[in-house]
Amino acid sequence: MQGKVIDVTLDTLVGEVMNMKNEGQRLVTYSAYQDGDKLGILYHFDKDLETTHLRLVADMDKPIPSVSGVYFAALLVENEIRDQWNVKFDGLVLDFNRTLLLDPEVTQVPLVSNVKIEPKK
Amino acid sequence: MATTVIPFGPQHPVLPEPVHLTLKVEDEIVKEAIPALGYVHRGLEKLADIRDFHQMINVCERVCGICSMIHGTCYSETVEELMGIEVTDRAKLLRVIWSELHRSHSHLLWLGLFADAFGFESLFMQFWKIRERIMDINEATTGSRVIVSVNVIGGVRADLSPEQIRWILSEIEIVEKEVKGLQETIMNDYTVKTRTVGVGVMTKAQAWELGAAGPTLRGSGVAQDMRQQGYGGYSFLDFEPVVETAGDCWARSTVRFREVLQSIDLVRQAIAKLPEGELAVKVKGNPPEGEAYRRVEQPRGECVYYIRGNGTKHLDRLRIRTPTFANIPPLLAMLPECELADVPVIVLSIDPCISCTER
Repeated sequence: MQGKVIDVTLDTLVGEVMNMKNEGQRLVTYSAYQDGDKLGILYHFDKDLETTHLRLVADMDKPIPSVSGVYFAALLVENEIRDQWNVKFDGLVLDFNRTLLLDPEVTQVPLVSNVKIEPKK
Repeated sequence: MATTVIPFGPQHPVLPEPVHLTLKVEDEIVKEAIPALGYVHRGLEKLADIRDFHQMINVCERVCGICSMIHGTCYSETVEELMGIEVTDRAKLLRVIWSELHRSHSHLLWLGLFADAFGFESLFMQFWKIRERIMDINEATTGSRVIVSVNVIGGVRADLSPEQIRWILSEIEIVEKEVKGLQETIMNDYTVKTRTVGVGVMTKAQAWELGAAGPTLRGSGVAQDMRQQGYGGYSFLDFEPVVETAGDCWARSTVRFREVLQSIDLVRQAIAKLPEGELAVKVKGNPPEGEAYRRVEQPRGECVYYIRGNGTKHLDRLRIRTPTFANIPPLLAMLPECELADVPVIVLSIDPCISCTER
């Protein structure tokens, strides 16, 4: 895969993202994928066309710290991951509460097989 | 001052894209804008579970009609990287030719829509009339005007004959001449300048920090274009990103206008360097396994593909980040303190494609 990959944990994520910002890196986006019963998230950064990725592997049922306080642009992708993987982000600056792309009455998590959720009231 | 909430979209006379903005307005000045998406969400990434990795090219091309060729190219190149396939130089440059034709017709379409947004209908008609020549080239060379579907894993499925190449060169010469004929109007006309100069300003620092992409980024003075990476056939071509520094709607429209001429130049360069060779190499070996990440430059900006393969014909994960998705946070920063009448102009200045954004 193009670019350097740095592994992070729930505890070190926000600090590493702050380091990226201080280095002048631009947040490109995240890519989320299923890794067994866990969720993998790659945070993609760019500086002078060089790519750096932070890789977080986390439990799906525990909240992930939001980095939208560091990079405002993270708010959309974190809301999208919330919609598609039913993962919560702590401290999201604008939380659409799982309705950024999905209607409130949707009960199937799109990208996780056989997981049903309660419709939004 | 009392605050009025005005719903903008998802259906709006000057905005053919279904995005909704909740505008909080005081005395005709926008104080806050909150977006609502989801009107055309199709879940195309999920289709990777059902369609095999060859069929997914057609799905990726349908993420967006206007930049379909570049979606198909990015997907193909990502899978080719995973499978260790080296595409021939002819196929790489043919991909560049169709990609640049797509970029120019996308920008011409946008320039027309932008003119229409501030009431300059004859300019709208002029740009769309010129665009028809590009669409005719697409139709004559691939059989389709918009979704050309020429990419396959390993290369392309269509070729250009010497007669077609001569005809393309004559057509793009006419396009170049007609576009240059509108240069004075789009860059110096009183009506255009009144509605765009100093409107929706985003500084260089804001554009960088908010993750802006494409002409929205370059219009704020950042010289970054994914084609500088030299992916695919771009490694054979001379290329400098088009940059404007004002950061307003005028700068973004000027970047796109100049990029039409740049695309025509790149088509000429690609045709001049087009070597003989096979159109596509045979795909051998196992289906893709591992992970790959690629970025390409679409008309609206940087597009990202992330693919995880598991060695079967179905991909584990296909992630697509389109440029409009990146340009929505900058839009939210541009709208506050603008006049209500400028909202359609500012929204259009990022060239929004909600079909891309929601996939």
